[in-house]
Amino acid sequence: MADAVATAESRKPKAGENAATRSEDYLWTLNFGPQHPATHTTLRIVLKLEGERVVDAIPEMGYLHSGFEKIGEHLTFNQYVTVTDRMNYISPMANNVAWHHAVETLLGIDLTPRCKVTRTIIAELARISDHLLCNGAVGLDTGAFTFFLYGFYQREVIYDIFETLCGARFTNSYTRVGGASHDFTPLVIEKIRTFVKTFPKTLNDMERLLTRNRIFVDRTKGVGVLTKEEATNRGATGPVARASGVARDLRKDEPYLAYADYDFNVCCATAGDCYARYLVRMEEMRQSLRIVTQAVENIPAGPINVGIDERTALPTKQQVYSTIEGTISHFELSMSNRGFEVPTEECYASIEAPNGELGFYLAGDGNETAYRARCRPPSVLHFALFPHLIRGHTLSDLVAVLGSLNIIAAELDR
Amino acid sequence: MPFTPPPVDDVLAALTDRFGGIESSVFRGQTRVVVPVEQAFETLGFLKDRGFDLLVDVTCVDYLDYRDSPMQMPACGGHRYGLIYLLASTTTNQRLTLRVFVDDPRPTVPSATPLWEAANWLEREVWDLFGVRFEGHPDLRRLVMPEEFTAHPLRKDYPLQGRGERHNFPVITRENS
Repeated sequence: MADAVATAESRKPKAGENAATRSEDYLWTLNFGPQHPATHTTLRIVLKLEGERVVDAIPEMGYLHSGFEKIGEHLTFNQYVTVTDRMNYISPMANNVAWHHAVETLLGIDLTPRCKVTRTIIAELARISDHLLCNGAVGLDTGAFTFFLYGFYQREVIYDIFETLCGARFTNSYTRVGGASHDFTPLVIEKIRTFVKTFPKTLNDMERLLTRNRIFVDRTKGVGVLTKEEATNRGATGPVARASGVARDLRKDEPYLAYADYDFNVCCATAGDCYARYLVRMEEMRQSLRIVTQAVENIPAGPINVGIDERTALPTKQQVYSTIEGTISHFELSMSNRGFEVPTEECYASIEAPNGELGFYLAGDGNETAYRARCRPPSVLHFALFPHLIRGHTLSDLVAVLGSLNIIAAELDR
Repeated sequence: MPFTPPPVDDVLAALTDRFGGIESSVFRGQTRVVVPVEQAFETLGFLKDRGFDLLVDVTCVDYLDYRDSPMQMPACGGHRYGLIYLLASTTTNQRLTLRVFVDDPRPTVPSATPLWEAANWLEREVWDLFGVRFEGHPDLRRLVMPEEFTAHPLRKDYPLQGRGERHNFPVITRENS
């Protein structure tokens, strides 16, 4: 594919060599999206083509912009979690964890050991379901339909786990400031154990289907190459950066929640092409499974929410009905003007979301509503990479590159 | 215990050596540095050479509700817009927040695109939603709002429900398309 790039370069009109006629005569414009099966979401790319080869691509976004950051200035810290569900809706649990991680950093809350471990488990399950869909979609777009269905079946199993946990399958809104809406029950733990046992078999099947599949390898190897320097300079994070050799994983580098306690590897590749991104995601699912396996057998006992004296999480019904502190705390937290205290400060906190570094920059002004709630979405920076990656490749490579970047338009536009 | 990021004392010392007195503060282990707008680009370039190779985010806060209030937001110092540059190092994992304050009527800061390509879209978004201009930006168009939009919706004087733009969008029917 390297010589394909070279060909496209050499076909570009040289300076002074009646450039106007050549470029104007042979280029044509193709509008891709906003509604197209291969965008998977609502985004638009205006392509300049020379025959089948992409000379330039101009991405356009904003079709799903619904002012999430403006809404964040009007909803309380607990209410806004419902909006974070709708950002990266492929892995809403990871967004919930990211949002309340930022809120708790601003408030200075240290979670209970049980909550740290349970949040780690759901964040890793969300990563598995995100990678299943992302790799499945790359397979789907390059012609491997069975692979996609294998992945989607397992996503269904994870949805079932989340449904047992909190009643919602898709938009979970699971976390709360200082805790979670529901505690892990023995049934949830049993379902996660079953998943941990059965999933490796499917993962092996999926790898056997696609990793050495001639068509898939031909369509992804050497396509959309991103070098290490460019990855850092262009702000790529997560699997996209790691596939280019940037060994940066916030779970290892800035261990939040309970990640410091578990044994897992950071997966990297050096090729930086679509195939490397696919491999990194496949391996990350195995590592996530390792974390879940270790975590689910060692969930600490004790409460899931922080204590009453922190005045952030609702007390249990037992405490409300039998203690005066519980009653007062419940009453005050339910009143709009007596919620918890927020420092007049600003801070940034991020987690390693399935897509990359997902962070929130929060400015607090003393109210339980953020003065400014900025979301740092990995999709925006990855979509900005797209023209750089596609230049010189053919139109059919477009779906492979777009799929391997895992752009979720709802998170892109917010 | 929550994780505390690696200290940035060496960077602060180097910044003080290079630029003289630097205003800095720490909250929850995160170090913030405030620089005047004239020094912003030079400081960013200096920090990039010191190993902060990843521009994590460029964003902005509109302090309209607080610039005159006695209860001031952290270090907003009576200014209206506070730009935030979140920097990180992929080798040492240090993090540093750079703050630049600008004011009406024509808030302008130098663009960081010559240093980081990542700044391109992030700055377009800040221009779109806050109306802060980035001088030297190669392609300062709106990012998420439609091109014909005139307001900057994340400013605090813009109402949550909009100013009726939605009802006045041109309607294209099948007949007149």
